[in-house]
Amino acid sequence: MHLVYPLVLAVLLFGIGLYGVIARRNAILVLMSIELMLNAVNINLVAFDMYLRDTLHAGQALTLFVITIAAAEIGLGLAIVLMVFRNRATTDIPELRELAEHKEGSV
Amino acid sequence: MSMSTAATATLAVTKVDAPTIEYGKLSPILIIAGVAVVGVLIEAFLPRPARYRAQLTVALVGMIAAFGAVVWLARDLPDDHRGSVTAMGAVAVDGPSLFLQGTLLLIGIASVLLIGERRLEPAGGDAFAPQAAAAPGSQQEKDAAAAGWTQTEVYPLTMFSLVGMLLFPAANDLLMMFVALEILSLPLYLLCGLARRHRLLSQEAALKYFLLGAFSSAFFLFGVAMLYGYSGSVSLDKIGVASAGAMDNDALLLIGLAMVAVGLLFKVGAVPFHSWTPDVYQGAPTPITGFMAAATKVAAFGAMMRFFYVALPGMRWDWRPVMIGVAIVTMVAGAIIAITQTDVKRLLAYSSIAHAGFILTGMIAMSDAGVSSTMFYLVAYGFVTLGAFAVVTLVRDARGEATHLSHWAGLGRRSPLVAGVFALFLLAFAGIPLTSGFSGKFAVFQAAARGGAGSLVVVGVLCSAVAAFFYVRVIVLMFFSEPKVDGPTVVVPSVMTTAAIALGVAVTVVLGILPQPVLDLADKAALFVH
Repeated sequence: MHLVYPLVLAVLLFGIGLYGVIARRNAILVLMSIELMLNAVNINLVAFDMYLRDTLHAGQALTLFVITIAAAEIGLGLAIVLMVFRNRATTDIPELRELAEHKEGSV
Repeated sequence: MSMSTAATATLAVTKVDAPTIEYGKLSPILIIAGVAVVGVLIEAFLPRPARYRAQLTVALVGMIAAFGAVVWLARDLPDDHRGSVTAMGAVAVDGPSLFLQGTLLLIGIASVLLIGERRLEPAGGDAFAPQAAAAPGSQQEKDAAAAGWTQTEVYPLTMFSLVGMLLFPAANDLLMMFVALEILSLPLYLLCGLARRHRLLSQEAALKYFLLGAFSSAFFLFGVAMLYGYSGSVSLDKIGVASAGAMDNDALLLIGLAMVAVGLLFKVGAVPFHSWTPDVYQGAPTPITGFMAAATKVAAFGAMMRFFYVALPGMRWDWRPVMIGVAIVTMVAGAIIAITQTDVKRLLAYSSIAHAGFILTGMIAMSDAGVSSTMFYLVAYGFVTLGAFAVVTLVRDARGEATHLSHWAGLGRRSPLVAGVFALFLLAFAGIPLTSGFSGKFAVFQAAARGGAGSLVVVGVLCSAVAAFFYVRVIVLMFFSEPKVDGPTVVVPSVMTTAAIALGVAVTVVLGILPQPVLDLADKAALFVH
């Protein structure tokens, strides 16, 4: 298989994730978009690993690390989102405006 | 992708020798990792009232031991000050990593002293929520507060974060760098959301920091994948060898370089990746803000220097113009937006953005002088920042810390000592002679000028002048305006916060008057191992 196919797929996935992070309002969907971006990276790494015939398989090893750390990250992220949701009954990011430039001396 | 490929791969794997790890050379990192694990065990097995003392003792003793290990390793460096790589090339033990690890451990000790402070809240307790999972104002939270509960988990979390920070500037391959970046960041996201006062602000800060942090680490990783695809290795040395011969514009290399740089610039809070900084600095519990502002910057600049100096020295004509642009925008934006701020913590946040620009100036010099001046600046900046945020924790009214600048009016008349110390820190931020800020700025500008980035120096000096304006404005406000009747009071802290502030003052003054010993030390430590 040519290297370009997985790379294009990865770039597309990364692009969709990027769009999701920027355009989505809901924190959970933003989290999902970030996961998409990380998985795009995983595809890249595995594709490069196979293409380069890396005997040490650094790419696949890195992929395992990414999967593990992404799992930890999402667990932590959901905990924070849950905490915010319980206090405000919303996870819409644009509504989280207590900390923003325009507010004169928010306390 | 056939069976035969798989078979060859298996055969190849069996030939790989078992990895060797020099535990002695990793001892500072391993000690702090051990401390963090012991901290978790303390949470599990000790009764609640005994945890605070145990956590504090273990953390402080561990950090002092790790600092001793750093000094021991630094004495063991060979005479030509070249370090070595350990753990199969994954971690570098050389001048810059030991210098920055020592700095990080000292900052860590001062931060834990601030985190452990329990005299400031009138109702008792520290700066953290009695029970972070309980909703603000709920019965559950009141019960937890009445029972005198505290989240002593903050100590192991801080230690885990410190492990990542110690590893980050020492990481000699991109995998290790990514793991260190995440170990550093994940506990910090949580710590940001644990403030006792202004819980909603704090949680919002945690969410924003988390989302943007995860977003930037995705960029970092994508860049790592590209560099791996280009060079066939994640080791910085091998990427350096592969990129040294890059004559044509190789897309993989350039994309990888750019995206890893985005991830690193985000961590140091450089424009245009700075938008999280003021929000997070304002919302996070102030001791954590101090720790984050000082230590994250030291670790991230260390990693950034290693990345650019070891992996991409051959690409300097490609990345230098861009980084010069970033440095200029960072200095200008940080200095100008800071003028309009009305909140002390936000003001310090924008000031930290401007300082990220100054530190980048030193890094761009691409010389040993650049490395040593950057490291000196990081020491100077780290202790001033920590001290400044420590002072912020002391000025309080009924609602907690009085961070609005109007509350600080006339503080100099009410408590000249605290206002005087804060004024000293502001002068150091501004880079007034006889403070550490001046020595640091002088060193980085000199290195940048010699490195051929004269334009950067001109912008840097102009921005320092603009920045001096708003620092002096705060000093004028503190000393030359009438105190408000219902203004905040300065709470007398315990010996721990006093010690942290005293350390900040001492470093600021000593590095201002006698910078030479530390400059010499940084000079000796300026060689990256290849």
